[in-house]
Formats: sequence, C-alpha cells, structure tokens
Amino acid sequence: MCGIIGVIDRRRKLMDGGKIRDSLAMMDERGSGEGAGYVAYGIYPDYKDYFALHIFFDNIREHKSAIDTLLEKWGTIIHDEQIRTYPQPNLRKVHTPWRYFFRPDRSLMPKSTTPDEDIITHLVMKVNSEKNGALIFSSGKNLGVFKAAGWPEDVANFYRIEDYQGYLWLAHNRYPTNTSGWWGGAHPFNLLNWSVVHNGEITSYGTNRRYIESYGYKCTMYTDTEVVAYLVDLLVRKHGLSEKMAVRALAPPFWDEIDRMPAKEQELNRAIRLAYGSAMMNGPFAICVANENSLVGFTDRIKLRPLVSAEHGDRLFISSEEAAIRRIDPDIENVTMPKAGEPVIGRVIP
Amino acid sequence: MSIGSIPLRYKVTIDPDQCMLCGRCVENCSYGVYRMEGDKIRISSRNCVACHRCTAFCPRDAIGIHEKPTDYRSHPVWTREIRENVFNQAKTGKIILAGMGNALPYPMIFDRLVLDACQVTNPSIDPLREPMELRTYLGKKPASLTLRESNEGDVELMTKLTPNLQIETPIMVGHMSYGAISLPAQQALARAVSRLGTFMGTGEGGLHESLYPYQKNIIVQVASGRFGVDINYLERGAAIEIKIGQGAKPGIGGHLPGEKICADVACTRMIPEGSDAISPAPHHDIYSIEDLKQLVRSLKEATEWKKPVFVKIAAVHNVAAIAAGIARSSADAVVIDGFRGGTGAAPIVFRDHVGIPIEAAIASVDAKLRSQGIRNEVSIIASGGIRHSADVAKIICLGADAVYIGTAALVAMGCRVCGTCNRGVCAWGIATQKPELTKRLDPETNAVQVENLIHGWTLELAELMGAAGINSIESLRGNRDRLRGYMLDEGLLNVLDVKTVGT
Ligand code: SF4
Ligand code: SF4
Repeated sequence: MCGIIGVIDRRRKLMDGGKIRDSLAMMDERGSGEGAGYVAYGIYPDYKDYFALHIFFDNIREHKSAIDTLLEKWGTIIHDEQIRTYPQPNLRKVHTPWRYFFRPDRSLMPKSTTPDEDIITHLVMKVNSEKNGALIFSSGKNLGVFKAAGWPEDVANFYRIEDYQGYLWLAHNRYPTNTSGWWGGAHPFNLLNWSVVHNGEITSYGTNRRYIESYGYKCTMYTDTEVVAYLVDLLVRKHGLSEKMAVRALAPPFWDEIDRMPAKEQELNRAIRLAYGSAMMNGPFAICVANENSLVGFTDRIKLRPLVSAEHGDRLFISSEEAAIRRIDPDIENVTMPKAGEPVIGRVIP
Repeated sequence: MSIGSIPLRYKVTIDPDQCMLCGRCVENCSYGVYRMEGDKIRISSRNCVACHRCTAFCPRDAIGIHEKPTDYRSHPVWTREIRENVFNQAKTGKIILAGMGNALPYPMIFDRLVLDACQVTNPSIDPLREPMELRTYLGKKPASLTLRESNEGDVELMTKLTPNLQIETPIMVGHMSYGAISLPAQQALARAVSRLGTFMGTGEGGLHESLYPYQKNIIVQVASGRFGVDINYLERGAAIEIKIGQGAKPGIGGHLPGEKICADVACTRMIPEGSDAISPAPHHDIYSIEDLKQLVRSLKEATEWKKPVFVKIAAVHNVAAIAAGIARSSADAVVIDGFRGGTGAAPIVFRDHVGIPIEAAIASVDAKLRSQGIRNEVSIIASGGIRHSADVAKIICLGADAVYIGTAALVAMGCRVCGTCNRGVCAWGIATQKPELTKRLDPETNAVQVENLIHGWTLELAELMGAAGINSIESLRGNRDRLRGYMLDEGLLNVLDVKTVGT
C-alpha cells in the first residue's frame, strides 16, 4: 500500500512540516507503523553551498571516526552536529542521526565534469555498501531527509518536523513488504539533490538494478525505490534529459500508441524505448521525484496505484489521496487524476 | 574373430491380429525395415532408427517399436553407448558421426531454475485484458540519447539510430541450410516466420529463389565456405549473420557430402553438382578479432550500412570475453549457440564433449557486456536447446534479447529426433534431398504447424510475464531477480547471479 505526498511552492515560499505531518497521518490506513519519512528542500539556508550529509550511526563511538576520516580525505567538514531528536514512547531509537555540512575537494576528481557530485556519489555508494555501522541517507544541498521506523506522527515528532521550513516537501507512510522495521528502508530515498517516495513494487527491479549498476551506482538498501533515484540521476544529470523525457523513458507509451503517432514523434519514442529499455520501470507504482527546482509525480503504464494532483496559487500538490491534500489546504483547485505514465510536473519560478 | 553384429537398437513388431496388410509401413519407411512377402510383412529391425514414420501412418496401430531389446551386462562406466562406439571404431577406424544435439545426460540447468509470480503485494496482469508487449528490436542501441527540447515543448531527436530488426515475438527460427534440410522444409519455415512477424536463418546454403517472396523475414548467413554468397544474396537478406562456430561442433567446420548436392542445392550454393561442400574450420580471412571487424564492416559497406550484421559463435569456455570483442567489432548482435544445439552431422566426440550450456554462457556474456558498459552495443540471441516457452522466459531473464529455435521447429514438422539426419534419408522429408521423400512435406501444412508452435509459446510467454507483473519484455530481460535456482551449486548460482529458492 503506502501513502505518498509531495508539495512544491513555485515561489519558494516556505512551509513548516506540521501540516505535512498531519496530512501524512491522514493516510495511516495505508501504512503499518513500521516506517515513515520526510524530505524538505530549503531548510539549511546558512549552509546552502555545502552538501548536507545525514547519516545514521549504529554507534557514535565505534563508527563515527571512520566517517570523519573518510570525509576529511575527500574534502572539508564545514560543520557537523547531532540531529536533534525528541523521545517518543512508540519509537525505539536504534540509530543516532547526524548531519555534516561538507565541501568536497574537486581536485580529487580531475577528469570529471561534475567533480563535486561524483565525489558525493562515490562516498554514498562506498559507505552504504560497506555497511560499517553508518548509512548516508541524505546527501543534497540545502535539503534533508528525516525518517525512521514508526507511524508518521511519531517520526515527525521525533524530529520535531514542524521546526523545519521548506518550499518543497515529500513524505511517505510505509507498509513494508521487503525490509520491515529498518530505518534505512523507510522513504524518502535521496541521492544528491534527488529524492524519491514511492508506493508500489517495481517488478522490473532486477533489470533496472543491473542496468544502473553498470554505470557505477550500487544498490545497497535492499529496496526497489532507491533505483528510481539513481535512474533519474543518470537520465537527467548525466544524460541531460528533461524531467519530462526522463519520465517518458521510465514509463514509456505502449508500442500500439507509438505505432499510431506521427512519424517524427514515433521516431523519438521508439528511440527512447530502444535506448532506455532497461531503465523502463514495470509493476504497480506511483512515484514522486523531486530536486531543488522541481517536483514530478507519475505512475506505472497502466496506473495500478493511485495518484491525485491539485493546485492552489503557487502550490502544486501530489498525493495518493485527495483527502491528504485537503488536510494541508482545504481550498485546493484543479483536482486531477493524471493518466497512466503521464507526469505531473511542478517547477519553481526562476 | 570378428566382432560380429551389435545387439539390436530397436525391435520392431507387428501385431498380426491388427495388421491389414495395407503396405503403408513398407512405403513410408526409407530405412528399409519392411518388406512385403506374399501375405506377410517381413521386418529387419536392425535398420530401424525409431523415426516413427511407420507408426504415424499405420492405420491400425499395429506396429510396436521397443528400444534396446537385448540387455548388455550393466556397467556404470562402460555403458552400452561407449561399448558400441568402440565396436564401431574398431571396425571402421573412422570418426563417428551423428545428427541432432548433445546426447549425454548432463544435468539441465534450465530444469533447475524456477520462475516467479505475483501474490497480493502486486497484482499479476491478465494478458487477455491488458496490453502485453513482446516486441523486441535486435541491433545496436545508443547508450544515451541527445534531445533538443524547445521551450514550446518540441523535442527533437539528435541521436541517429542504426538499423534494428523488429520482431513481434522473441522467438526466431535458427539457421538450417538448404542442403541440411529440404526445400519444402525451408519454405514451410519461411511462410511461418513471415506470418508471425519474426525471422528465420538461411544457414550457409544460400537463398533459394523460391524463398525470395519471404526475404524480408530472412537472415542470410555468411559462413566459412561462403556458399551462395554474392551481392544479390546479401541485399535480399533482412540481416546478415557471420557464422564463426556452432554449438554442436565448436571449432570444426562442416561437410555436406556430394550425394546430397543435387542440381538445385548446387545451384543455390553456387558449387558444382555432386561435389562435397566443405566449410573450413576457421574463415580463411579471419584469424583474429580485427579480421572479424573488417568482415563485419565490409558486409555493411557492401549493403550501404542498411542491414544489421550478426555474429554467431559456439558457447565455449571464454565466450564472455569473445562476445565483448564482437560487441566492439561494429556487429549488431551476437548469437551464442549452446552445446545442446542441433546439427545435421557432427562427430559424436564434439557433439557430446565440447562447449558449455547456453544458460551459463548467456549469463556470463550479459554480465561481461554490462560490466564493460557495452550491453547496448549488441543484442544477444540465444540458441541451442530451447525446448519450450519456459526456457525462453528463463534465458531472457538471464540476459538474452531473443532466441533461435531449430530442433523444436523441426519437431513441429514431424521430426522425431531420431538422430540420423546425417544419413540423408529422413523419412519425414526434412533432412534429405531425395525428391520422393521431400515431397512428403507440404510447405503450407507444415507452415501452419510451426506457426502454431511459436504462437502457442508466445501466448505462454505473455502469461508468464503477466503472472510476474511485467507488461513489457524489456523488463524481463536480464531480470535475474525473477529466477531462483533449485538444487544448483553455489558456483553456478554465482555465475548465473541467481539466488537459491527460499531466499
Ligand atoms: S502400416 Fe500397419 S496395417 Fe499397414 S501393413 Fe504396416 S503394420 Fe500392417
Ligand atoms: S530430421 Fe529426420 S532424420 Fe533428422 S532427427 Fe528428425 S526425423 Fe530423424
């Protein structure tokens, strides 16, 4: 099941996490109390030029020094601190969440055109695949993921999510089927500035994983969702496709439809399916993907999971349920159910 | 003291109470088992190869064929087959030949792999109600696309695609030459593939004029003997396949004896009538991978870069590295032929002992190409020992784009896998050039049978995909998560990159 929600304010007006929490809690029917999470963009204005790394430590004494050494090898730690948490009766604190503001040393990736991002990607893949009591679960600039095993309201209160102010939010209420109760398995998933929340199951995961791993990404979180973040990163950041075309590659039209298109469009869509066949995602899913400038929601090619979008003023909302959106803003307009495979895209006004 | 006669392989009996003396068995048997003598049918069981032509046409079900009526003293090492091969060679001093594929009882990896299906957490898809896409494109695909997107939302494709073959089902019919099989057999296959929207291969025997109407569904082969190859031939094919090796006999060439080279075969192959058609073991212009690249590019140049060029190799130990070399040679697809692949005639010692199974070969080729980031450079076609739709699904999960079937298509036309294709008197009119036998095939009737078979497999494949919650074949390809190994050892599980059942 799972419930998802995404909100973007096109003029970057900030919203605090309180309403997002309430909205997510509306969808408790879709969860099981074993995982929930939030990501907010725009929360670290004072450190906006540095990568904000959120890390779960199993044990500070044992595991933190190795991470400090690794980060210092690859750049400079500008500031680091424990992420404040507040005990909740129904939430067992099994990890200590920590944040680092980090500046990578570009000279260490001389051949790359995107050295900062490549260093961060390398560090995330390395730390997460080594499984040495540390997991980097958030690695973008001016954004942060907050997640844990528990009900949405408990997880929100554990981090006091209402204390964070963001112009773009994603949130997720989890009903786990593959990795129950593991903090790392909760959504959102994040890599650099990409974050993903996902309802459903990706039946093409094996194909997608083998595809993405041949580009140096490592799937380490035992869940099919992380692959979406990596696919979007590859298609948009590395291959330079627009979000719209990336979604086209991930949930392309059927051959039947392509065969009926005008010649030029046919050629384009055929090329997308040929080049990105292994990136295509199959199975029932509804997904919200975000980066610092945009929010994109889409479903699988036959829409086996619900997705609703709505607007009000500068805000675009995407969620599994209309009721959840109304909880944030009762005056929404243009409530629509996007067609299968068709993206809903919201962009900040430059 | 001579060795004397070897015990009978088959004992043929006729139930006299049932037999109506119609003589159909006498007429149908091309191996000389039956003789009518007065009001009795005489039987020479020694000639029988168990091709079942007689039983299929006996109106009274009067005929019984029993394998190995005489027991040998059983021995686990000195099996009957081994002893008989020794007798045979002691008498002849020659290399022993046989037809069809590997006959040793190696374990079947396919039969130790199981497929997945959805329950509860995700819905299975009903192919009768929802779209189910089996369409596949064979050929090079760009690793990424360059798109120019205007502010108005117009998207222009800047990347140029190279020609691909479009197939509506991932099942094609492999290369069986005119010469190895009869013309009506090829004609039946050609009709079937053209109706199904898939392809067949010519083999190395050239392209007979009567197949020209089906040429847009035919892949023409260029093998070491270069039989029948000229510009007309290359231009007629939808794609060109360079055959380096064959799973049934890796590393050696071929030999079609002069008695099978009738006027028509000779003409199609462009060689003198009655001469032996010998394909050398290597191509005499390919002694290294650079030479292969030159041949690939010459064939493309000759056909103005309009046709995909495939390269077929036998599955040998180092198949993954060889395929990676081929992927860099401008070839558009690599065909891997496993050690169970069939053949008209091969030395038994090669057929049974050289090469590796297709399952392991495809898994390692796909993994190697991915690790080098060149999987999009070539399509992978698997052949050799694909017996049913589940094998097709499994090999696609392991990384193949499509399969070639050979034996299964022949069986659909009547072949009983008797394994005596090399004798040239196939009673089913398939592996023979004798007019009185080849006329037993009717291209139309047999085309329908082959079409039915591939159609049936395609439906089953769609059902298997639907059950796994997948509606497009791209998402099955290389999806090893949807396979589990049952009683496979750890080494093999690693090679296949498949988990064991229960995990
Ligand atoms: S075909 Fe059958 S019925 Fe006819 S002669 Fe032979 S055994 Fe008898
Ligand atoms: S093609 Fe003919 S000779 Fe060859 S195995 Fe089949 S039935 Fe026997």
